[in-house]
Amino acid sequence: MSANLRVQAISGHAGPVPGAGTQRQERVAKLIDTTTCIGCKACEVACLEWNDLPFRETAFDNTYQTMPQTEWNYWNLIKFNEHTAPDGTFQWLMRKDQCMHCADPGCMAACPADNAIVQYQNGIVDFQQDYCIGCQYCVTGCPFNIPRFNPATRKMFKCTLCTDRVSQGLEPACIKACPTGCLHFGTKEDMLALAGTRAAQLRENTAHAHAGVYDPAGVGGTSVIYVLHDITNPEAYGGLPSDPRVPWSVRLWKGPLKWLGNLAMVGGLVGVTLHYLRFGPKKVEHHEP
Amino acid sequence: MNHNLLRYSLIERVMHWVAALSYGYVLLTGLAFYSPHLYWIATVLGGAPTSRFWHPWIALVFIGTLVWMLRAWMFDMRITGVDKAWGKAMRQYVENHDENLPPIDRFNLGQKYFFWAMLAAGAILLASGAVLWIPELLPWSLRVLRYAAILLHVAAALVTVGAFIIHVYMGTAVVRGGFTSIIRGEVSPEWAKTHHRLWYHRVTGK
Repeated sequence: MSANLRVQAISGHAGPVPGAGTQRQERVAKLIDTTTCIGCKACEVACLEWNDLPFRETAFDNTYQTMPQTEWNYWNLIKFNEHTAPDGTFQWLMRKDQCMHCADPGCMAACPADNAIVQYQNGIVDFQQDYCIGCQYCVTGCPFNIPRFNPATRKMFKCTLCTDRVSQGLEPACIKACPTGCLHFGTKEDMLALAGTRAAQLRENTAHAHAGVYDPAGVGGTSVIYVLHDITNPEAYGGLPSDPRVPWSVRLWKGPLKWLGNLAMVGGLVGVTLHYLRFGPKKVEHHEP
Repeated sequence: MNHNLLRYSLIERVMHWVAALSYGYVLLTGLAFYSPHLYWIATVLGGAPTSRFWHPWIALVFIGTLVWMLRAWMFDMRITGVDKAWGKAMRQYVENHDENLPPIDRFNLGQKYFFWAMLAAGAILLASGAVLWIPELLPWSLRVLRYAAILLHVAAALVTVGAFIIHVYMGTAVVRGGFTSIIRGEVSPEWAKTHHRLWYHRVTGK
């Protein structure tokens, strides 16, 4: 928990956020320009170094990817894809995969543990392991396949967007390590402007006529945004969902189904009480003399 | 002198109370995860991580007793023609005009519905609970199973809560002597004649 960050929302919390609205903070964002990423993995190393994560085994799967997916102690992973476009053009796509820090986080919607997930006013969504109960509902809520379980501690982990650095006015560790400048960090507004300029430049000056900015509206926008060569096919970038949303079953479960259940349980208790007041206990015939 | 009748053997009583206690635990811990307003229950029961750890294991105990009960009571819980006639007149039972009801055997239709509802819900809770126990081990391509499991788990649990409320209410408040019978095993002949006349005739030969 970072003292300088104002909390905007808390998971599994009955009642309002303490101190909400007392101070305004700018939304921050990380911009990842996939068109200038060279797949060097300096960001992967910087993430491990700064967050003091132990070295773990890599898994070779005939690509340059370090392992198939992010892990509880590996929050930042470059996804490699050898992509052939319909016109036969070959592309080597590289995308830095990590938590997207959604404005409307599915993990938070699904989480039952008070304070286990907090969203700061600057847009960072952070897991608080002290309060995590290891139920893994966030795995079901997340549309990006990000939260990971540590079986030893029974807690969930993911990218923190370096809350500890950001709260002290520093950029996240991955940004600092990037040698090509494909990673940027600043306010969401500035990053969207920069991303828009870059996408327009690609459309006008290169063959990437469908270049665009990935800031999915289905989850209210994200605090990690991408510039993609082809915004019409995000799935090609190692399974980036084209229209991520909090699963409707999570919405149904936490919304109408819960209210129906509350009504049924309270109604049941009220019902049996009224029944007892009206009809009372049954009488046994022929009492013993 | 009328001798009391043995309604539940010791084995049956143990079976019932293992089920009751294990269900009580999964109900309370489940409610804690159901609503932030009930999260304090988990704190009382030793903390939320502890509750999350034990909830599935104790649930397996409960499922085990359901299987045990199925073995023990399958015969007594079959829904017969007598039950159908009784079911048509259930309103008389609800309003305590038991004299207008056809005589029945060891269990009434309400008890049988409760039994089969708990078994069906238990099967759904077991299947969906298995997914929720280890959701991270499911591949991303099978995530639809996780989405189905969260809905089925809470829906089936709510069915058991409704059935449980009625079961406890009937067994303790309405049918006096029922609670004693599941603890000490015995009922009076008058009780048996009033509530389960066919069973009374069957076990006494009268």
